[in-house]
Amino acid sequence: MYKILKAEKLADKIYLMDVEAPRVAKHCEPGQFVIVKMDEKGERIPLTICDYDREAGTITIVFQEIGASTMKMSKMIAGDYFRDFIGPLGRPSDFVEEDLETLKNKKMLFVAGGVGAAPVYPQVKWLKEHGVEVDVIVGSKTKDMLILEKKMNEVAGNYYPCTDDGTYGHAGMVTTKIEKLVEEGNKYDVCIAIGPMIMMKFTCLLTKKLEIPTIVSMNPIMVDGTGMCGACRVIVGGEVKFACVDGPEFDGHLVDFDNAMKRQQMYRTEEGRAILKVQEGDTHHGGCGNCGGDN
Amino acid sequence: MADVLKRIPVREQDAKERATNFEEVCYGYNKEEAMEEAARCLNCKNAKCIEGCPVSINIPGFISQVKEGNIEEAYKVIGESSALPAICGRVCPQESQCECKCIRGIKGDPVSIGKLERFVADYALENDIKPVKAEKTNGHKVAVIGSGPSGLTCAGDLAKLGYEVTVFEALHELGGVLVYGIPEFRLPKHKVVKKEIEKVKELGVKFETNVVIGKSTTIDQLMEEEDFEAVFIGSGAGLPMFMGIPGETANGVFSANEYLTRSNLMKAFDDSYDTPIVAGKKVAVVGGGNVAMDAARTALRLGAEVHIVYRRSEAELPARVEEVHHAKEEGVIFDLLTNPKEILVDDNGWVKGMKVIKMELGEPDASGRRRPVEVPGSEYEIELDTVIMSLGTSPNPLIASTTKGLETNRRKCIVAEEENGQTSKAAVFAGGDAVTGAATVILAMGAGKAGAKGIHELLSK
Ligand SMILES: Cc1cc2nc3c(=O)[nH]c(=O)nc-3n(C[C@H](O)[C@H](O)[C@H](O)COP(=O)(O)OP(=O)(O)OC[C@H]3O[C@@H](n4cnc5c(N)ncnc54)[C@H](O)[C@@H]3O)c2cc1C
Ligand SMILES: Cc1cc2nc3c(=O)[nH]c(=O)nc-3n(C[C@H](O)[C@H](O)[C@H](O)COP(=O)(O)OP(=O)(O)OC[C@H]3O[C@@H](n4cnc5c(N)ncnc54)[C@H](O)[C@@H]3O)c2cc1C
Ligand code: SF4
Ligand code: SF4
Ligand code: FES
Repeated sequence: MYKILKAEKLADKIYLMDVEAPRVAKHCEPGQFVIVKMDEKGERIPLTICDYDREAGTITIVFQEIGASTMKMSKMIAGDYFRDFIGPLGRPSDFVEEDLETLKNKKMLFVAGGVGAAPVYPQVKWLKEHGVEVDVIVGSKTKDMLILEKKMNEVAGNYYPCTDDGTYGHAGMVTTKIEKLVEEGNKYDVCIAIGPMIMMKFTCLLTKKLEIPTIVSMNPIMVDGTGMCGACRVIVGGEVKFACVDGPEFDGHLVDFDNAMKRQQMYRTEEGRAILKVQEGDTHHGGCGNCGGDN
Repeated sequence: MADVLKRIPVREQDAKERATNFEEVCYGYNKEEAMEEAARCLNCKNAKCIEGCPVSINIPGFISQVKEGNIEEAYKVIGESSALPAICGRVCPQESQCECKCIRGIKGDPVSIGKLERFVADYALENDIKPVKAEKTNGHKVAVIGSGPSGLTCAGDLAKLGYEVTVFEALHELGGVLVYGIPEFRLPKHKVVKKEIEKVKELGVKFETNVVIGKSTTIDQLMEEEDFEAVFIGSGAGLPMFMGIPGETANGVFSANEYLTRSNLMKAFDDSYDTPIVAGKKVAVVGGGNVAMDAARTALRLGAEVHIVYRRSEAELPARVEEVHHAKEEGVIFDLLTNPKEILVDDNGWVKGMKVIKMELGEPDASGRRRPVEVPGSEYEIELDTVIMSLGTSPNPLIASTTKGLETNRRKCIVAEEENGQTSKAAVFAGGDAVTGAATVILAMGAGKAGAKGIHELLSK
């Protein structure tokens, strides 16, 4: 059993929790994820590690309520327990292994969409702690949906919030902000984009044009998260990869997003679609701050 | 008096009935039936049956106790060699092991050794007969990785010798393939697997679930930071293979592992559990082993029309005879000498069919079986909405890639000595599917025993 030490609501349908999981906290690195299972009958839900405290033995997760399981999870409060909490899973971000001097000479741009700000945060924080300053764009539908703003601002070099509706920061989608930064003369050696699939897809289309190598974090449907089932298959450079062990981060210019997006819909039942419709009206996805269109 | 050449038949759930539920297919013997079947055993001096059993159970020894009605005594005899008899009695390929060597089999039916073993073990489970625990611990700490049959056996044997054993399991449930792979209707989880594991717990073994060795911690860290003096790796062969044909990432294409895990481990067939499964209306299962039969019979129970697509003929089916027989009885259709070429996908990314080609058997290959070759121009299409790939599995590289000095072979299997499980790394032992590649429960158990022996030899020096 894994105790929830803190549970708070960050924005509409977005929640943060600190969970006691000493083994995970001791060994995790930025880029990795956990799988949680609420109770005996629950699903195994993959969630990115958003922060960790090795000393206290805790892991921070941030999740968005999008379906039956995450809805149940949003009702959990401090003092409750997860039955299972497995990790760290997946490979750490590449930069964790890279030479620090080379890293310091690189100009990095992070692009987060919606709840994607959560997985971006530990990476930016890790870099800051190692003396690397990076630029961060965070997009959301509207001002109230922007999460982790203060924390992100503390660790980012330049922090650029964007809102689709223009209520805060740059008005428009994250892709328009990238274009703007580049037009203003910024040169980036690498871009790391994390958020809804559709946002990562359009970001990659743009950065390919701009010739900025781009890494994305894939979030396909998973079961075990250890390489045992193949549910998490993604096509990268024409080859089939298992996101849970070969990823979740991949070269975004090689990922087949159309296939990935279709696979993500596999269990989208009529009922599930109905829930989404009620919850999100015609905005239909988690407010990635990018597409404004249908996925 | 019954015909001594014929075995006492075992009662089974009616085929039509069971094709729609997940209850166990075979009911097993009751005490009268078991005693009657036991009476068929000739109690051979030079019992050939024992040679056929990978863990050398004293078969005439336990059967003669059953004959007398001393079931508890019979259980003790089995317990000397096997830690999981209720499981082996159900899933061992008896027809090619103990029973195929039985003298009775020359003229008539061999003695039903497996069914008798199962009866004895079930009796012990129902009557809560406990295994004998070590009197005190010897202070040596051993880590076991994986809670499948090899890990459980190794842990149980070491605990009986007084070792302080902790089993680390990556999943949230214990049992390995016994819980995530083999379906409920062949091996009941609550009634059998859980109870057998309880017995290992009663021996004093500790279990820690949700620990992925290689991620949550490593073997080197277990030894350096947590003071484990020896490690046994029983991590199985869980990595599924795909064919590499077009369309394999379409929606509706699953590995047998995913399909079975959703159904068995996550209990997707039961609506009160949250994990979904795509049941399918018309399903093709590609492959011909036990795993393929299990996937096919699971899909059938979820309401689909199911075809086994296998590239060789019936004689080469690697699955157990009993399983093929049961599958046919239940209505699984066999498309033999047929091989997939391409999975056909609709505009929404879902499977709509499969292009297959007819095969014929040619010259024998390395395995001694006649090699299937394509019949030119014989391609045709079948309509489907689900394809389950059951082409075999290989060991997960996670442990080998994170453990310094652990040697693996070309097939990614960990290299270990057969008689004691010793690997290329000091104080690290291994056994089961992780070493042999996908094999059987009883061989994994045998390897767990050998590993326990190796560890005991090392630490009692
Ligand atoms: C490696 C990884 C890291 C992730 N990190 C985070 C995170 O930090 N925060 C967070 O909020 N979410 C994250 N996700 C997504 C999260 O796992 C899903 O949102 C969750 O499983 C949905 O469960 P549900 O039962 O509430 O919804 P469901 O009822 O299962 O699904 C609702 C809808 O979401 C779709 N869906 C199902 N699974 C996923 C998925 N894996 N990703 C996207 N859509 C899905 C379904 O098609 C359906 O339409 C991550 C996923 C992966 C694979
Ligand atoms: C569907 C199916 C049907 C079968 N039917 C039969 C049958 O009828 N008869 C028969 O004799 N055999 C059958 N087999 C084969 C048999 O189940 C296996 O040979 C046997 O279970 C192997 O045992 P094992 O202990 O080596 O590994 P497994 O049972 O595979 O157990 C390995 C365990 O280790 C865990 N693990 C893996 N990696 C790690 C890690 N890094 N850290 C921590 N834990 C880890 C896994 O989660 C798993 O629980 C079948 C197999 C399948 C898949
Ligand atoms: S363990 Fe398997 S091979 Fe050995 S006697 Fe029992 S059924 Fe036969
Ligand atoms: S070979 Fe057959 S008859 Fe002889 S002891 Fe074994 S089971 Fe009994
Ligand atoms: S989630 Fe099962 S293999 Fe990746």
